[in-house]
Amino acid sequence: MNREPSITIDAELVPGVAPFWRDPEKRAIVFQVVALILVAFISYYLYSNTQANLERQSIATGFSFLDKEAGFEIGESVVDYSAADSYADALLVGALNTIKVSFIGIFFTVILGAVIGVARLSTNWLVAKIAGGYIELMQNIPILLQLFFWYAIFYESFPSPREALSPFSGVFLCNRGLVFAVPEAHAAHAAMGWAFVAALVIGWGLHRWGQRRQARTGQIFPSVRVAIVLYLTLPLLVWFIYGAPTGMNIPTLNGFNFKGGVTVSPEFSALLLGLVFYTAAFVAEIVRAGIQSIGRGQIEAAKAVGLNTGQVLHLVILPQALRVIIPPLTSQLLNLIKNSSLAIAIGYSDFVAITNTTINQTGQAIEGVALIMLVYLFFSLSTSLFMNIYNKKTALVER
Amino acid sequence: MNISPHLSPRSGISAGWLRSNLFNNWYNSLLTIIILLLIWQLVPPFFSWAFINSLWNSPAVDCRDIDGACWSIIPQNIDFIFFGFFPEDQQWRPGLAMFLLLGLVFYSKDRNHWKKSLFVYWAINLVVMGTLMYGGVFGMPVVETAQWSGLPLTFMLALFGMVAGYPVGVLLVLGRKSRMPAIKTLCVVYIEMIRGVPLISLLFMSSVMFPLFLPEGVTFDKVLRAQAAIILFTAAYIAEVVRGGLQAMPRGQFEAADSLGLNYSQSMRLIILPQALKIVIPPSVGILLSAFKDTSLVVIIALYDVLKTTKVTLSNPKWANYSTEAYLFLALLYFVCCYSMSSYSRKLEKDLHTGH
Repeated sequence: MNREPSITIDAELVPGVAPFWRDPEKRAIVFQVVALILVAFISYYLYSNTQANLERQSIATGFSFLDKEAGFEIGESVVDYSAADSYADALLVGALNTIKVSFIGIFFTVILGAVIGVARLSTNWLVAKIAGGYIELMQNIPILLQLFFWYAIFYESFPSPREALSPFSGVFLCNRGLVFAVPEAHAAHAAMGWAFVAALVIGWGLHRWGQRRQARTGQIFPSVRVAIVLYLTLPLLVWFIYGAPTGMNIPTLNGFNFKGGVTVSPEFSALLLGLVFYTAAFVAEIVRAGIQSIGRGQIEAAKAVGLNTGQVLHLVILPQALRVIIPPLTSQLLNLIKNSSLAIAIGYSDFVAITNTTINQTGQAIEGVALIMLVYLFFSLSTSLFMNIYNKKTALVER
Repeated sequence: MNISPHLSPRSGISAGWLRSNLFNNWYNSLLTIIILLLIWQLVPPFFSWAFINSLWNSPAVDCRDIDGACWSIIPQNIDFIFFGFFPEDQQWRPGLAMFLLLGLVFYSKDRNHWKKSLFVYWAINLVVMGTLMYGGVFGMPVVETAQWSGLPLTFMLALFGMVAGYPVGVLLVLGRKSRMPAIKTLCVVYIEMIRGVPLISLLFMSSVMFPLFLPEGVTFDKVLRAQAAIILFTAAYIAEVVRGGLQAMPRGQFEAADSLGLNYSQSMRLIILPQALKIVIPPSVGILLSAFKDTSLVVIIALYDVLKTTKVTLSNPKWANYSTEAYLFLALLYFVCCYSMSSYSRKLEKDLHTGH
């Protein structure tokens, strides 16, 4: 109790003379070096095992297999492909199929998700409950089970081509898919495409001019209505100039299958519907959260200032809601792209399915799996990059 | 909002409630009428298909004569659908294991039971379940992991994926947040890579690439390889979720821990992680939910979880036409499990939301 306090100088209080193991910075360096050595050692161990195993099983390495002939057919393809083309061509067909189903899926998912999200907030009790029930149901059943279900409907419930259902003339539903008539290929179509692009450019230019005029004089320019008129009339004009071609490519039953027209295969339809209905449930929740994040005061103030409902939506609600919606929305759409890899389970030839066939034929599992991961990583990382740029642009400036 | 003072109050289904919730303006009224018409058209036929004209437990041949659902596909094949290739006379073992698991899950739901003893119970339970499944003691014959299939496989993949993925995920996020550039880079690369690829590619990696990584003569069972892939996948997502929790921690906590003289591991263990992990319990349950749904993907690498056993049952020509009934049953099973998990997570979020 009557101890005299003694003063000791701790070595750590004198800079530069700390013992090696007590200095956090030196410890950190040692730790990192040890970790890197560990990672390098494990990598080397795995690498040498792999080399030995590959030699033992006489599996080739490297990407030279990409030039070899593929030797397998692909069910559906956006570009021309035959079994005599190389593996690289086959993989390209798979990548295009993935992009096709992903983009069309994203388009419909956003629309359906937005509709259901808004419906969830409807003042109509029935509509809100049904939307809520849909969201709960679709979110809690695995996507693969939903895909199997849709595929069973498309493949087993529809009749063979000879007894195909025909709700309208020129449209047939059978277990080979949905077959419908399309306009016959004509030079007018390319010109109409260019006319549509021109309408886009002109509409955009008019919109910018209208905004500048509004800033100067306060007059509002009806950009949306003008744009819609442009998109409809310019291609129509071009169509008339080319003599209004109306020839249709009508599918006709030829033997066991349909010839002509466009066929949407049951695999594609099942994958598209499964992905859209599943992801739309998640998108609906995101949209609902985004809309609910806007305080009622905003809408009341906007109405008090005299904006009509369309203007309130366009000028007040959407900019604020989109800030909340877009980040989780992009991650859900990325999930859709990743879930499209489940196509292999229902026989749609997407990138993963074709790479799997390639692995089975060449035995080069490492290159194949690396390719799959690279392609999906490319999608994910570019989307993350876009997301970061968008976040920076729309971030609230806080003091 | 409609104020109709002369109609009855809005609680319960009354004229006032109908007026304000279903018919409050013209397009809502139109929608209500359309929806009621659709219900009228669709629900009675479905009811008669599913419940009135259906058979519930009969041999396959009887199903051909009826116009309704053949639910018999489930009771007749239930041993295979639920337990897969597990030897028939030993199927009480996985049944008991799942019963114990469900019991412990229900016990853990009550927050009053969240004490240290809960960890002990879980550890004991996992050991008991493993012993029941594997056998070898108390006279139970050994059943290799290759034969574990059906519902126990689904639960096991999800449960161990989560249990083992959680510590790995926490380590990853601590590494990501550390100031040592090498560790940080390694963790960031791992997390972004795993999160950017579909689970199916990791499952492919596990089934075709892992065997190449192992020295000659060493083989790992396919189930264990798929389990490893699911653990790696779950860990990356847990890392992201816990990162959100760590970012939500006020800086004052870190500073207070430092000022008390706690070193890194002490401050993490005693102060930061308990709070951060509590914040992220609801999203973690969401990840467990995703892991549970994603176990169905092992169908693609030919592992026999409950979805694959159902598909195998359907490939039997006797039962091939009744895929709708089988898938509806499976959908109900998954829905019950997943919906209870997600509603529990929402309830937890409300309970734990202490207002800051």
